[in-house]
Amino acid sequence: MAALWTPSLLLSACLLGCLGLTPLTELPQPHNQPTSLGFNSSDGSLFVDVPMALRVFSVDYHHVQAPFEIVLWIMLASLAKLGFHWSGRVPAVVPESCLLIMVGLLVGGVIYGVRHSAPPTLSADAFFLFLLPPIVLDAGYFLPGRLFFENLGTILWYAVLGTLWNVLGIGLSLYGVCVLAQSSLGDVSLLHCLLFGSLIAAVDPVAVLSVFQEMHVNEQLHILVFGESLLNDAVTVVLYKLFESFLRLPSVSGLDVLLGGCRVVVVGLGGLFVGLFFGLVAALTSRFTSRAQVIAPLFVFLYSYLSYLTSEMLHLSGIMAIVTCAVTMKQYVEANVSERSNTSIQYFLKMWSSVSETLIFIFLGVSTIQDVHMWSWPFVCSTLLLCLVWRATGVLLLTAVVNKLRRNAVTFRDQFIIAYGGLRGAICFSLVFLIDDFPKKRLFITTTIVVILFTVFVQGMTIKPLVELLDVKRKKRALPTVSEEIHSRLIDLLLAGIEDVVGYWGQHYWKDKFEQFNRKYLRRFLIREDHQARSSILRVYQELERREQRGDEEAPPPLVDPRSHSRPLLPEEMDSIRRILSRNLQNFNNKTPAYSRHTLHQDATIDKTRRPLHIQQSLGYTYNTITHWSQRETEFDGSHRVRTGLSRSHTVCSISPRPTLQDSSVPAASAQAGPVDPKSSAAREDQVSPQHQVPVGRAPKKQLSFVLENEKQQ
Amino acid sequence: MGSSSSSMDHIPNAEELMQETGFSAAHLLRLYERFEFLDKDQTGELRPEDFGAIGGLALNPIGDRIISAFFSPGQETVDFPSFVRVLAHFRPNGTNRTRNGTQQEPVNSRTRKLKFAFQLYDQDRDGKISRAELLQVLRAMLGIQVTEEQLQSIAERAIQEADLDRDDAISFDEFKKVQQVSPHPQTPTKETPLHPTEGGR
Repeated sequence: MAALWTPSLLLSACLLGCLGLTPLTELPQPHNQPTSLGFNSSDGSLFVDVPMALRVFSVDYHHVQAPFEIVLWIMLASLAKLGFHWSGRVPAVVPESCLLIMVGLLVGGVIYGVRHSAPPTLSADAFFLFLLPPIVLDAGYFLPGRLFFENLGTILWYAVLGTLWNVLGIGLSLYGVCVLAQSSLGDVSLLHCLLFGSLIAAVDPVAVLSVFQEMHVNEQLHILVFGESLLNDAVTVVLYKLFESFLRLPSVSGLDVLLGGCRVVVVGLGGLFVGLFFGLVAALTSRFTSRAQVIAPLFVFLYSYLSYLTSEMLHLSGIMAIVTCAVTMKQYVEANVSERSNTSIQYFLKMWSSVSETLIFIFLGVSTIQDVHMWSWPFVCSTLLLCLVWRATGVLLLTAVVNKLRRNAVTFRDQFIIAYGGLRGAICFSLVFLIDDFPKKRLFITTTIVVILFTVFVQGMTIKPLVELLDVKRKKRALPTVSEEIHSRLIDLLLAGIEDVVGYWGQHYWKDKFEQFNRKYLRRFLIREDHQARSSILRVYQELERREQRGDEEAPPPLVDPRSHSRPLLPEEMDSIRRILSRNLQNFNNKTPAYSRHTLHQDATIDKTRRPLHIQQSLGYTYNTITHWSQRETEFDGSHRVRTGLSRSHTVCSISPRPTLQDSSVPAASAQAGPVDPKSSAAREDQVSPQHQVPVGRAPKKQLSFVLENEKQQ
Repeated sequence: MGSSSSSMDHIPNAEELMQETGFSAAHLLRLYERFEFLDKDQTGELRPEDFGAIGGLALNPIGDRIISAFFSPGQETVDFPSFVRVLAHFRPNGTNRTRNGTQQEPVNSRTRKLKFAFQLYDQDRDGKISRAELLQVLRAMLGIQVTEEQLQSIAERAIQEADLDRDDAISFDEFKKVQQVSPHPQTPTKETPLHPTEGGR
């Protein structure tokens, strides 16, 4: 498969050529050419210099320059990523981030060679405003909530205290180094060192994400490192700005330091509240999106981005805001919007964050090619060394303290991975560019680049073999089961109860209180009326059903053989099943209608038909009841549209002993490949779940309408 | 708290209790104070009504099961040693104090914890969680949020996942096996959360 990488590399090379050649517009215009017919003269244009004649062919690059270049960069990034995944064994050894940086280096080198000037660097604004938010939003949206909050204390401990320890340690030691190497580094003041320490000490979420997600370590370890990288943003931002403003002040007093401490709290909590506010507003908005479902995903992105921008405007922690916003709105939005919108949200998030991440790493590589690098052996080497040393000691000390308070101790292996996995990335890079100019700024930039490259390459590449060598506990790759969910819920209730008996207001007490508050007020206010009741057990159950019917590759084979149901199929049921099957096999290959944004409106009619459905009671046909239940549950069942029109519609919902009731559910079952399993339990499960599958695939929905119509015509 | 030694005298068999359950003296004292607080009529024993007076427990969906877990079958009252013994199940695994070489399994071992949870389901103590019992628990926990049919399906699925010998009920071993899959690490509280899976898992 390595051979497949070369074509994409060739393609990328062509793109490099374009990139190298296109920004020739920076060269000064030789003379003012008379513009005729409104065309600008640019160096890339090929027009014949004959005024008043019609140009048959011309190139106007200026017009499209900005978007063109942006698209080219994104294209380059995506092709590189594509090539990377095709290249067989390489992804196993080298993490993606390293390869992307190497591609970036290559591109930067080419551009430099072509233009003999520094290639475009990653501007701090572009990074903080455009490239970082999608990644953090993606991280926040898919954050494992339960795990995160259970370990929140430890995570905060590492994030706040650990970062402080690192910053002060690195800053002060570097100053010591500068004092020692007076000759070359004498003009680097203490504040400068502290400033540098504050930006180099922070663990970067982007780098951590990209390396750890290929590693599949146990979830606790993952959430500790990852949570720390997210939450230390507050501390980093404050310290950076603090030292920067100290640099501008004539003198620094103790009061300023104290105020700085308060600022940490304000920044962190402020970001939190901004995120909470926007999250709740987003949840509320999503409640009303039932009639315009196509734009429902947009609200998620808009509100999150707004929260980020607002907190950046107020100099609060943007990362905390966006993470809080995502975590807050997730459960309400998921309950409110249709299944398709949910899928869109998830896919778009993944896509944007992936593109962002790729772009960031490529730009990191490109920006390494600079005109001027200032190098200083003592400074660079000591920075590297100090980063490692201080992080290791910090983790050791902090863990020793926090283990006394934790239920599951963080083992030494885990600690090693936490310390070793403290990768630096693009945030440091952007921050170093933002420093006010001073003589040694280029040295800082060079050092930062070296540290980032070192951590990403050396640590990133070796961490995977180390994880295997040390036999760190890995992630269990099992799907959640309903039993687990039931049991964990029971345990929660049990522990809350025991805490009540003992009279102790512990973690479970507060969690229980929050759940009650959530149920009584928040959910009622923020979720559509008909989507209200969704216990976690139910959610897991439905998710499992949905996955099974979708034929998820990751789904493990069923744990138990399908059991024979207690009741055999009635002959009429068998007949109808056979009939539906034969008809549907014909319909199966029908082309699905082109997806237009109007097709989603069928979901809107669900609300009208929903009410009558759940009232009707079953007459003892297990099949009937289950199908009728599942139809009520699914909020996206497009077949409702069909149902409202047909007199047949209510048979789907109402209980009639007619076997045709099965029809509505069974055809969807047949939409899956393969015949309906004669074993009734499997058939029953199929019938339960196809209602979930019906909206997911358009083909089944169409069949459903066909079936109903055909049945009617019988 | 007063001098611990004098208060400890009020507690019958304090030493044996400490050894049996592994609670420290401070813990035991605190539990004793709580016991006395709950015991409104000062009989030295708790009755179900005393438990029922605890506010949060009344709202708990499985509150009545928790209460009945304190009472041995047939007993109407709970004295302090039994109270403490039940609560001893919830001590974290890692803080077992050395006992004098007794070979008995410690009270808060993983198996005992799972057994305790198992008994919450298995009210008739026949050693198996039948479908009906599972349904009762689900009904209690999910309440009015779901219909009867949904409950049936969920119970069906849960039994399918766990039941390996196909007797339509979950025995204790099957229960243990299913719980092995999911670690849910929990940060500790001062008291002791029940945690069925080992910390190092």
